[in-house]
Order: sequence, then structure tokens, then C-alpha cells
Amino acid sequence: MPGTLFDKVWDAHVIEPLGGGTDLLHVDRHLLHDLGGAKALAELAERGLKPRNPALTFATADHVVSSAPGRTGGAHDWAQVLVDGLRLETRKAGVRLFDVGGDEQGIVHVIAPELGITQPGTLVVCGDSHTCTNGALGALAFGIGATEIVHVLATQTIEQRRPKTMRARFEGALAKGVYAKDMILALIARVGAAGGTGHAVEYAGAAVRALGMEARLTLCNLSIELGAKIGMVAPDQTTIDYLRGRPFAARGELWDQALGWWRTLASDAGAKFDRDIELDVSGLAPQITWGTSPEDAIAVDGSIPDAKPEALEYMGLSAGRPIAGTRVDRVFIGSCTNSRLSDLRAAAGVARGRQVAPHVQAWVVPGSMGVKGAAEAEGLHQVFRDAGFQWREPGCSLCVGANGELVEPGARCVSTSNRNFVGRQGPGARTHLASPATAAACALAGEIADVRDFLD
Amino acid sequence: MERFTVLRSTAAALPWSNVDTDMIIRVERCVRTPRAEMGRWAFEMTRFDGEGRDDPAFPLNQDKFGGAQTLVAGENFGCGSSREMAVWAIAGMGFRCVVAPSFGDIFYNNCFQNGVLAIRLAKPAVEGLLRTLAAASAPLELTVDLPAQTLTAPDGETYAFDIDPLRKKALLEGLDAIGVTLARERAIAAWQAADRARRPWVWT
Repeated sequence: MPGTLFDKVWDAHVIEPLGGGTDLLHVDRHLLHDLGGAKALAELAERGLKPRNPALTFATADHVVSSAPGRTGGAHDWAQVLVDGLRLETRKAGVRLFDVGGDEQGIVHVIAPELGITQPGTLVVCGDSHTCTNGALGALAFGIGATEIVHVLATQTIEQRRPKTMRARFEGALAKGVYAKDMILALIARVGAAGGTGHAVEYAGAAVRALGMEARLTLCNLSIELGAKIGMVAPDQTTIDYLRGRPFAARGELWDQALGWWRTLASDAGAKFDRDIELDVSGLAPQITWGTSPEDAIAVDGSIPDAKPEALEYMGLSAGRPIAGTRVDRVFIGSCTNSRLSDLRAAAGVARGRQVAPHVQAWVVPGSMGVKGAAEAEGLHQVFRDAGFQWREPGCSLCVGANGELVEPGARCVSTSNRNFVGRQGPGARTHLASPATAAACALAGEIADVRDFLD
Repeated sequence: MERFTVLRSTAAALPWSNVDTDMIIRVERCVRTPRAEMGRWAFEMTRFDGEGRDDPAFPLNQDKFGGAQTLVAGENFGCGSSREMAVWAIAGMGFRCVVAPSFGDIFYNNCFQNGVLAIRLAKPAVEGLLRTLAAASAPLELTVDLPAQTLTAPDGETYAFDIDPLRKKALLEGLDAIGVTLARERAIAAWQAADRARRPWVWT
């Protein structure tokens, strides 16, 4: 029977069926971060247990670290406690830590692909809902809770009920100024924030095949915002070219052997999905959100809809007015959604030779030390600084504010992150989600702007 | 884990859709607040007014919902962040059962790790319950019978609900999932040994 990418990877990890559609699955890669990593390892030790396979576990500090230039660790006292705790517990447990100050530190979902830890056909979990990002490489990757983290540490397995499958096919070609972020926001607007609940989503179609690996990571990152904790793209030549030579990728004969398996993973012709949806991206405009759910996305040249009065009130917007022209206070370019080199290039391309509006505080927070180094090697940091952006250190920063970096109450922020929830960037903060290029355009204009007006 | 069998209790209604886990518990509380105190900070952004007093506009602050152990909510409840503290916060408010048309997938899993029963019920049924609870002038009781997999509304109407048999067993018996899986060590070791031969590149 023809199988889907999801089915093939799931089936390859079943240790034992537990009945009722639930399987005991093997975890190939377990990622820990500073928000819960130390506590989980300590809890494991309290139970008298050790990580079953510490070599399959990788930790980094990202959520609570400061993004201020010159930082050395946690952003404040309790953040420092978490970072120190992670250092201590990973050392005791024999788990590799990509620490602040090292060349490999960064946002967990940026570094796992970047270092070649995430590979096609691997099963990846992390106590973070945006673990779905890693599915861009053809991995089966999903977020888990605190109790499940301890379970994975103790047993290297996880109990999961097999979800339904959904295929989202993006056809056509993107216009200039339109990116993967716009594709996925448009899809969420179409199916709703619960549209993918209970499903593993495969992104397919000509427009997905045409995306580079970093753009695919952006696409998969927002799977959880459409309700799906798993999003995947079939591995292809783009994936293979991306992974070749990465620090944790196989080499030599093992690499060739891996390629042989990876090439069998794509969904077979005629494979059945529980749900199939198609979206033509040819006429797609840059997207931006107006409300407090990622499903509240519209074209940047569109009008604010007459819906969700509480959301409009929170956001300080009036129905029927164009969203463009809305005054902006902050701009954040960063997060596990959009902080990779291609994102920074797109934003720098808009910012080059221009100036951030005087009333706007604009930040660029690269996703990892690797991204930061690569961006600096091509002078992007100078482009941003010359334009009036702050060039900061890698971490989650303003996406979630766990490090105390917040948007002020009532202030409006155009953000390349993934959640515009009430209070997400700080109590009372108003978040508009958009692509890095759109965010850069908004920083320059000092208001919500159409990036296409800034392109040559 | 605390066992769950039959729960007869006052029900509370939160008639909102897409309640995300950031809204349920702020990220700062996730790491700074002991689990036992998490309930105090549940929904803090909407539950309290500027002075830290209960905001009467927040549905769960109504007297008639006092002491409720069952929460009825709108669709996609618990979407967003994987933070398990959202379940701890809700449990800390006293809830042992949450009923909604749909849940965030990770939140749903997390409920069962903490002895909280999450029940998916058809949207019209949930909307009916929400209306009844909102209109009530006094506390109303719901009965949740896990062995029978039924929920009985205040008007006596009974709804059947689905639950994964493994989750049901774990709740009924208060099983510890880690202990159960540790007992499967032989199968795990055998699988890993075979996989090292099958996919050696994963193990380097």
C-alpha cells in the first residue's frame, strides 16, 4: 500500500504497539533548553534514574539568556539560576550543552538543523511546541510536556497516539516580497488556528519544492499555530545539500547509506491523506496579522475585518480601516521562525541604505552563533546598524519574553515570531506577525507598510 | 498520579475559543512559581484588575462557579506553547476535568500526565453546556463518569465521550507512565540493537 512520509517515519520508530492506536516510539534526538532542562534532569535524578541515552540528548540555553551585546548568561537573577542549573545538571548527566559563549549556542530549533542533529527520518522531541520546525528536514518532530521530558530521558521512548494526516499543497510561484512566512500565515488564516488539530501535516507542491531549507523551517515552524504539532517536508536534493558536511551529519560510507534510506521517505504516489488542502500562492500578497491569534492574518494592503471585537480592542484597531499606515513602536526580527541567514539577508536587503523611523526601536536577534557569524562575515550587521537597528546576541528574546525582554504595555510591535497572543511579548503588548522583509519595511516606515514598495 | 473515576461537581464555563497556554499561565510563572502555587496565577492577565483584585468581567470569577472542578470551554482550548504548567495552573484552581470541542494537542497530552481528564465533546453539546452554565443563577453540577465514559448535564441529558483505552486505564489506576515504560526495557534494548544495524548513521 502506498505510504505517506509521516507513516514511513512513524512506522520506523515503533518499538511496541500499545493498543488503541497508541505506540511506544523510539526517540532519536531529544533537545533540552534552559526553561525546563535543569528541572527535568534533576527530577530524573530524584527518581534515582539516569538518562538512558545521554548521547542522543542535546541541550542549549536560549529562552532566558539575554540578547544584549556582551551578555554572558541569564538575563536576570532567576534566569541565571536556570542557566547555571542547566550547566550543572547536563554535566552531571553527561549531556552535551551548547552553552552561552560557545560557537554553537542558539535557539534550539535553529541549531538542531544547523548542526545536523536533526536529520531526515529521525524522531525528534523537545519540551517546546515549536519543535515542529525540525520537520522541514523530513524528521518527525514534536513538542512534549514536562512529564514527557522525564519519560524520554528515562526511557528514550515516548508513548504517542498516531495522529491523522493532512497534506497542504502550495502550488504556483511566489511573487517578489512574498516568503514562506506569508504562505503559512495565509494557510492558517484559511483553515483556522485549530484547522490542523490532531493531524500531522505534510507540506508539498511546487511552491514548497522551490523553497530553500531555511524557508521550509519557517513553514514547518508555524504548524503548531494551525493546531498541528507535527509538520513535515519530504527530504529531497535541497535537504541533502543542506545537511552535507554539518558537524553532526554522517560522513563517508554512513552518509551514503543514510542517503539511500532518506530517498525512500517521500510520500508514495497515491498515498492517502485524511485531509488534503491546496493553496495557490501565485497571487499571494505579503501577510500580516491584525488580531490575537495567528489565524487573524490578512494581506498587508487589505482592511481590518469586522470580527472578534475583543481582539480589535486589545490591539487598538478599528474594523474597516486599512491595516497599512498603523503606527508601530517596535520591530523584532528574530525567533525560531525567522532568524536564519536567509531571513536576515531579506531584511537587510530592505534596510540597506535606509533609516529606521526615529520613533521605532528595531531589533535584530540572530537565531544562533552560527547565523550571527555568517551574517557578520557578509557585513549584514553593519547594514542593520547603519540603518538604526540594534544587532544583538542569539536567543528567543522578544518572541516570548522569558528573559525579561518585553514590549511595553500598549506598544505595537511588528514581529517575525510566531505568536500574537494576548500578552505574549509582555502584558498589554500588541503583536503583528509578518515576514522579516515586511518587518524591516515597517521599521523604516514607522508604520505597517507593504514591503513591495521598498523593492526595486 | 491521582486516580480519576467519577466526578460530580460544580461546573464553570469559559466561553472563549483559542485560549492559549500563555494566557493560562505566563512564562515568568512557569519557572519562578512552585507548582503548588501555580493556581493562584492562572489566567492572571484577564482574571485580575489593575489592582490585583478579581476582575468581575472574567467569567471564572463568578460566585456560582466557586469550587468548580469541571471546566467547560470553547474550541482549541490550551493551544500554543507546550508548557505543562498550564495544566498545573488549571489543576491548581481546582479543576480535574476540562470539556471542550477541541484541545491543543500538547495540552491534551499534558492533562493526562497530571490526572486531569480532558473530554472532547461535539461543538453543539459544548455550546449548549456553555449557554446553560452562563445563564444559571446558582451553581450547577455536572457528573463525569470515566468508567462509563459519560458526562451528564444539569438537565439530565447524558453525553458519551471517547477516550483512548490506555489513557483511561492510566487515569482509573493512577499509573505512572515512566514506571510502566521502564518495565519494557527488554523491548527497548532489542529495538535499539536492531536499529544500530539498520540506521547506524543515527548513532554516530
